[in-house]
Amino acid sequence: MRRIVITGLGALSPLGLTVDETWKSAIAGKSGITKVTKFDVSNYSVQIAGEVKGFDPLDHFPKKELKKMDTFIQYAIVTAREAMKDAGLKVTDELAPKVGVNIGSGIGGLPAIEEYANVLKEKGPRFISPFFIPMSISNMAAGLISIEFGLKNYNASSVAACSSSAYAIGDAFKRIQQGEADVMLTGGTEAAICGLGIGGFAAMKALSMRNDDPAKASRPFDVDRDGFVLSEGSAVLVLEELSLAKARGAKIYAEIVGYGSSSDAFHITTPNTDGPSLALANALASANLQPKDVDYINAHGTSTPLGDKNEIASIKKAFQEDAKNVSISSTKSMTGHLLGATGALETLFVIKAIQDGIIPPTINVENQDPACDLDVTPNVAVKKDVNVGVSNSFGFGGTNVSLVVKKYTA
Amino acid sequence: MTVNIEEKVREIIVEQLDVEAEKVVREASFSEDLGADSLDTVELLMAFESDFNLEISDEEAAKINTVGDVIDHIEKLKA
Repeated sequence: MRRIVITGLGALSPLGLTVDETWKSAIAGKSGITKVTKFDVSNYSVQIAGEVKGFDPLDHFPKKELKKMDTFIQYAIVTAREAMKDAGLKVTDELAPKVGVNIGSGIGGLPAIEEYANVLKEKGPRFISPFFIPMSISNMAAGLISIEFGLKNYNASSVAACSSSAYAIGDAFKRIQQGEADVMLTGGTEAAICGLGIGGFAAMKALSMRNDDPAKASRPFDVDRDGFVLSEGSAVLVLEELSLAKARGAKIYAEIVGYGSSSDAFHITTPNTDGPSLALANALASANLQPKDVDYINAHGTSTPLGDKNEIASIKKAFQEDAKNVSISSTKSMTGHLLGATGALETLFVIKAIQDGIIPPTINVENQDPACDLDVTPNVAVKKDVNVGVSNSFGFGGTNVSLVVKKYTA
Repeated sequence: MTVNIEEKVREIIVEQLDVEAEKVVREASFSEDLGADSLDTVELLMAFESDFNLEISDEEAAKINTVGDVIDHIEKLKA
């Protein structure tokens, strides 16, 4: 069986503009949630979000190119550059046909869709930019990354709401495992903090309304949680077949050993416990591991009243008596919910937890919900040797993914 | 008035295509000399339409290849 290792990382999040900044903030327990600055939210019920701060697109792209990319694409390309630089991988003419890209996005260019819907209504169809479609379709992050780095194997975007980038990583892993590719750039990107994004999720009563205290708004597993915080950013991993990574002397962060998915087959937005527990069981089975082998679960943990309780119940169902021994945390307490990019960022956190032997905390657990009575790593990071870590991602439509990452040993 | 159209056309091209002003000469071809692909050209013509408040038909647009073509065409429409 071919083994797949992670050799490069990139991240851009409300916690920082690089992997290092993001990870340092996460283990320090810092919140990235603030008042929305991107647009006027004065008549919205929800006025807080996890915005990426200090990102100037002109630092990264010529003006002419920027017209062709909505923000989610910009984030993905910048993140892919960081990951490729980190991996030190040269895509030669010989290698290019074996290198592919899958960058998931839940929504794609919602701000551009909103903008051009207004142009259409106010000025008419003649004024729609010829770049409107390419700047907003979800797969264009992957398309532009393929063009920039000359990746000729595979070029698509997994779309499955908030499980999008977890599927992207899982499918990239499978693609290398089955010998279709040797290297995959994979992860996710999202930038949907706009009127339709906040207004749409707010209409579902899915978002926290703690407008007066943004840093405390995302509080998974706490009794006073009242919804998730919409957030944005990107994370990209370089996955590589082990012998190739070894042959070129690449730095190896960790190994991806398992990928499981499942569907609730139940309701468009309300979760059940069967789906997530089946994804966990499938992921462990694919890795030939037992629940007792898992040291850390980076939970989906969005901070919604039902979702967090349901996830804890599903972990208990899958892990039985071993559930009480596993460290769990929801880094969404700090990052907010990056929707389609969340699975990739959280898999990156699992990789860093393995690398550094530190489990990032769930902040804002002031009064832990008795219905979430497992070890959720409340408020402070914990030093712990992590041999096996899992990232859970669940999405509207009842779609669940668990990814298993293991410390690399030759 | 004529000079103003020419100046304004050049300004729009510099802005839209992000090219240096000295490259925007009458003979310069949008695709060959100014790096515009088919979508860039569509957007550029939209900017002329919007800024000069006029409409360039698809048949006329198909004949426009150089900076001079645009200047001549707009001057004709505005005459």
